[in-house]
Amino acid sequence: MSRPVFFDKGKKVSTFFEQLVNGLTVGSFYALVALGYSMVYGVMKLINFAHGDLFALGAYLGYSLLTGATGKITASMGLWGGIGFTALLVALSVALAGVLVERIAYRPVYPSGRLSLVVSALGMAIFIQNAIMAIWGSRPRAFPASVVPSLRFSLFGIPVTLLQVTILGISFALMLIIWLIVEKSNFGAAVRASALDRETATLLGIDVRKVIFFVFALGPGLGGVAGLMNGLYYRAISFNMGWNYGLKAFTATILGGIGNIPGAMLGGLILGVVESLLAGYVSGAWKDVFVFILLIAVLIFRPTGLLGEKTAEKV
Amino acid sequence: MAPLLEIKDLCLDYGAVRALNSVSLKVEENEIVTVLGANGAGKTSLLKAISGLIRPSKGSIQFRGEDLSRIQAFSLAGRGIAHVPEGRRVFSTLSVQENLTLGRYGVRALRKKADLDNLEERVYALFPILKERRSQLAGTLSGGEQQMLAIGRALVSSPSLLLLDEPSLGLAPIIVQEIFSLIKKIHKEEKIAILLVEQNARKALKAASRAYILELGKIVVSGDSADLAQDPRVQAAYLGAKAC
Ligand SMILES: Nc1ncnc2c1ncn2[C@@H]1O[C@H](COP(=O)(O)OP(=O)(O)O)[C@@H](O)[C@H]1O
Ligand SMILES: [Mg+2]
Repeated sequence: MSRPVFFDKGKKVSTFFEQLVNGLTVGSFYALVALGYSMVYGVMKLINFAHGDLFALGAYLGYSLLTGATGKITASMGLWGGIGFTALLVALSVALAGVLVERIAYRPVYPSGRLSLVVSALGMAIFIQNAIMAIWGSRPRAFPASVVPSLRFSLFGIPVTLLQVTILGISFALMLIIWLIVEKSNFGAAVRASALDRETATLLGIDVRKVIFFVFALGPGLGGVAGLMNGLYYRAISFNMGWNYGLKAFTATILGGIGNIPGAMLGGLILGVVESLLAGYVSGAWKDVFVFILLIAVLIFRPTGLLGEKTAEKV
Repeated sequence: MAPLLEIKDLCLDYGAVRALNSVSLKVEENEIVTVLGANGAGKTSLLKAISGLIRPSKGSIQFRGEDLSRIQAFSLAGRGIAHVPEGRRVFSTLSVQENLTLGRYGVRALRKKADLDNLEERVYALFPILKERRSQLAGTLSGGEQQMLAIGRALVSSPSLLLLDEPSLGLAPIIVQEIFSLIKKIHKEEKIAILLVEQNARKALKAASRAYILELGKIVVSGDSADLAQDPRVQAAYLGAKAC
């Protein structure tokens, strides 16, 4: 990377669309991870700091499944079948890890208050990160080219890879499913009610423990799949990747309005696109700085986030 | 026949604070019973104990002959107990309709949908203002309307016992009047038992057939409402000349 260059005029229009597709791809990772932060926060009023590291765990589990035993999964199911099956296993295992995190790190400290929960969450994040390092080592791992689909083509004149299109398709499908569950189903109404007032939700016959189980399984499950897709997309993964992605996704959560499901999706996509355009037109070295300026600006000028305005408190 | 609800020697503690001390009471099928008491007497604690939100330290609570001490709070809605909590607690960022729909959550798998839809229509008929505002956010309703919504949300689960925690709290006298008329109407039309805890003794004694008076966690007087209204001790403490 050379020194920062502002306003590089040499870029072509097609670059804009390329950056847009790149941005949406990264943004969909942020969005999927942000959904997990937001759902857990909505119901528990707790920021699950271990969430970014569960994302990393997803990437590593996916790596081991796809490369382990000399690629048995892809050998027997084909490349796409293997990736799909791996994604399913990753989702289930990381969901299980998420539920265990709640049982081990949070449930015992609920009575001791917010601060203890934050400390416990940070402890869990460090624990998972170190567990990943202990198991897979501290040097980055790379997904071998043989397990990554490499087809490229042009979509409406924009050069894209098949992997990008697949990632976008799967991410949007997952987001649509989550949105339908939360906004349109009976159980989703129970989740929203529990987020607003647990005691009253209980009186109406809602088993809040089921709701808690649901958010701690679904959020990390989605995060794990995002981790796997991220690994396939960039090929390289590192044990501390959860920190950076966790922070970005958390920014996206705040941007969209914490606790707000469509907000988390929108925040993630906007962040990905803004970041990618900044990297393309301004400078890659500065993009993180802009992201955090954005976070601070949102916190100052619109602390409820873009979609977090739906409050009608009246006593 | 055993009473619908029977509480025996109930004690409830918050750490070192004893909120209920050997409370016994019963509610018969299709009866309005009131528990009167000043602020801090233990009324809310009593209702929360019945709903399983707080576990008592001693004593028993039986509903239709079933001991509730080991039953999860969330499954009481399905057994026919509906609790309208103190301060209404409507879901302020959800619409009136969404609040009512949540009210049937605990019984949605136990009752026929058509019956529940029917019941919802009857609830809307009881509270026509809610029907007008069905798509409005609950937080934008007035206090009286929120109380109606909280009661409606409990009723749509077709309970056999309705627990009401100070429904008149913080409402203007004319609205209080309306709420009490509605409680009587609900009792008459829906044929359900109501356990009403109140500080507004005058109105509650008029609505209920029997009453208990709770002081510092203990039942000090109980009997028919009409008798209690004439009792000099009750008159002095709860129906003072200047009381509302
Ligand atoms: N969560 C709590 N923790 C500690 N003490 C409580 C709690 N809730 C109520 N109390 C105490 O228990 C007693 C009864 O309270 P409550 O049941 O709310 O009375 P009421 O509803 O009649 O006003 C009061 O002394 C109150 O301070
Ligand atoms: Mg009270």
